[in-house]
Amino acid sequence: MDWGAIFNNAAVELISPTTAAYALAALGLAVHFGYTGLLNFGQAGFMALGAYGYAISILTFGFPVWGAFLVGVGASVVFALILGIPTLRLRADYLAIVTIAAAEIVRLLFTTNTFASVTGSANGLSGYKNEFAALNPLADGTYGFGPFTNNAYDTWLRIVAWSIVILAALLVWQIMRSPWGRVIKGIREDEDAVRALGKNVYAYKMQSLIFGGVLGTIAGMIFALPRAVVPSNYQTTLTFFIYAILLLGGAATVLGPIIGSMIFWVLLSFFSGFIARAVEAGWLPFMTAIQGGQLRFILVGVAIMLIVIFRPQGIFGNKKELAFVR
Amino acid sequence: MSANAVPLDSAAPLEPPVPTKKPVKTTGLHIGEAEPGCAKVDPILVVDNVRRTFGGLTAVDVAHVEVPRGAITALIGPNGAGKTTLFNLLTGFDKPDDGKWTFDGRSLAGVPAYRVARMGQIRTFQLTKALGLLTVMDNMLLGAKGQTGENMFRALMPFLWRNQEEENRAKAIDLLTRFKLDTKKDDYAASLSGGQRKLLEMARALMSDPTLVMLDEPMAGVNPALTQSLLDHILNLKSQGMTVLFVEHDMHMVRHIADWVIVMAEGKVVAEGDPHEVMKNPAVIDAYLGSHHDEDIGEDLNTETENVSAIKELLDDER
Repeated sequence: MDWGAIFNNAAVELISPTTAAYALAALGLAVHFGYTGLLNFGQAGFMALGAYGYAISILTFGFPVWGAFLVGVGASVVFALILGIPTLRLRADYLAIVTIAAAEIVRLLFTTNTFASVTGSANGLSGYKNEFAALNPLADGTYGFGPFTNNAYDTWLRIVAWSIVILAALLVWQIMRSPWGRVIKGIREDEDAVRALGKNVYAYKMQSLIFGGVLGTIAGMIFALPRAVVPSNYQTTLTFFIYAILLLGGAATVLGPIIGSMIFWVLLSFFSGFIARAVEAGWLPFMTAIQGGQLRFILVGVAIMLIVIFRPQGIFGNKKELAFVR
Repeated sequence: MSANAVPLDSAAPLEPPVPTKKPVKTTGLHIGEAEPGCAKVDPILVVDNVRRTFGGLTAVDVAHVEVPRGAITALIGPNGAGKTTLFNLLTGFDKPDDGKWTFDGRSLAGVPAYRVARMGQIRTFQLTKALGLLTVMDNMLLGAKGQTGENMFRALMPFLWRNQEEENRAKAIDLLTRFKLDTKKDDYAASLSGGQRKLLEMARALMSDPTLVMLDEPMAGVNPALTQSLLDHILNLKSQGMTVLFVEHDMHMVRHIADWVIVMAEGKVVAEGDPHEVMKNPAVIDAYLGSHHDEDIGEDLNTETENVSAIKELLDDER
């Protein structure tokens, strides 16, 4: 068994753009769920809007990178408004139902053949990377060391992706320790009490939904840059992975989603490499390579269950908070 | 305690908690007879024809009532009289079927709860709503009005709101000291006892310098020692020029601190008046004890026994 390759592949995931995208999406969810108490189960929908908004703007309309970025963000603001206006006045569970349905509607709209000329239907879209690559200030060649060696484009993508994650983390950290964040956390605890203190709870929830949604949308763009935009990537499982990352790291924390995403992807990559090689080596005679590919999700699930059982507040969560869980 | 106590006394504890100093009662609040809906010299809250139905049940149907300014008014009535529903309606937490009401001369009909609060009419809840996973200090700061940093974009620029935050913090410390919660300021509100949460909720309401404080059962579930300090705090509100309207079941407390009492039953205001006088009002006694409370029920007892023996006979036949 080639342990070196397994660990090497796992280490690659530590700073991969996909990890950054999941971290950012989980950060958006931390704003929704961890801080505001909004049960958004449609983060995949926000990500899809980012990815498609960016790709369609460039491929169909020939927008520059910043224009495509703004289209994606604008689309998610509109999406958040559509979701929020009817549901934010209702109890939290209604938002969960509506968001999970809305995210599926978005995905199915991108899948349907009717708009195939624009969305590429089930095959998705590709070939939108040149505009982003053209902005690359790095000269051709390889950068980095060990498992983190990449060509100029991949290095550029990693720098941009993680810069955005760090910026977003600082933004969330700053805003959550401000009076605005205090109102938001108050709403999570009891929105009627906050309303009785003269705060427009509805407006705050809407702002939070838009803010977290925009983070998810930008995550969708980062997610799309190293691969093609394919609608099947944006199924509800994506939302659940992001929830897993969030709970792993700690729901109402800034570092939690980021470190959670790193742990999630390193573990996933490690198990995937380990099982594939274990099947190859005949250690698991009852299993085919395809079955082995699914087993990694089971193992990640078990790992997350263990963390939730033995450290329910997540890695960065405050243990004290759990003493008072209602 | 007056000798002419009404039967309501019997339900109260033997040694009722009393405020540490003798409350100064405000008198001369009303114009004319003290009857339901009577006019006040200086009303702060005027309610007209407010009605709220839940399906076939009319929970609140108040024709007219005025709450006097600068006094402590108690809203009493048996369970299900519609006191809390009226509270919810007046504070914008619920919408009436129709009716209108004004606060300080401004109409409040259709005004959302947060705007009502901003106008200076702050309420507390029957089931305390301390924000558990916020510190006591954060709970207090949340109560302050007009915070620059509560705007999403200005929140990102701490220099815009830092000074205001410090001022609010100083004010919060001052209030917490008065309510003897200052040592708890960095603890989660969830770690406070039930009574302390009531105190916190009241202190938090005061952060916004309200003109009318509406307390929904401030004494429910509070032990007698804390009750005493709560009573003092409510009396202090009046001495600081605030108007207090509270819902309460404890008649001793009502008599001790209230300047005016409004009695509700079955959604309507059935009596109003000075706390000592209103307890003698037959309508109030009827509301609490039922209108047949002084009739001889001996005969009923007989029919009851007859019924029981008839049923017993039937059961014997079955065997």
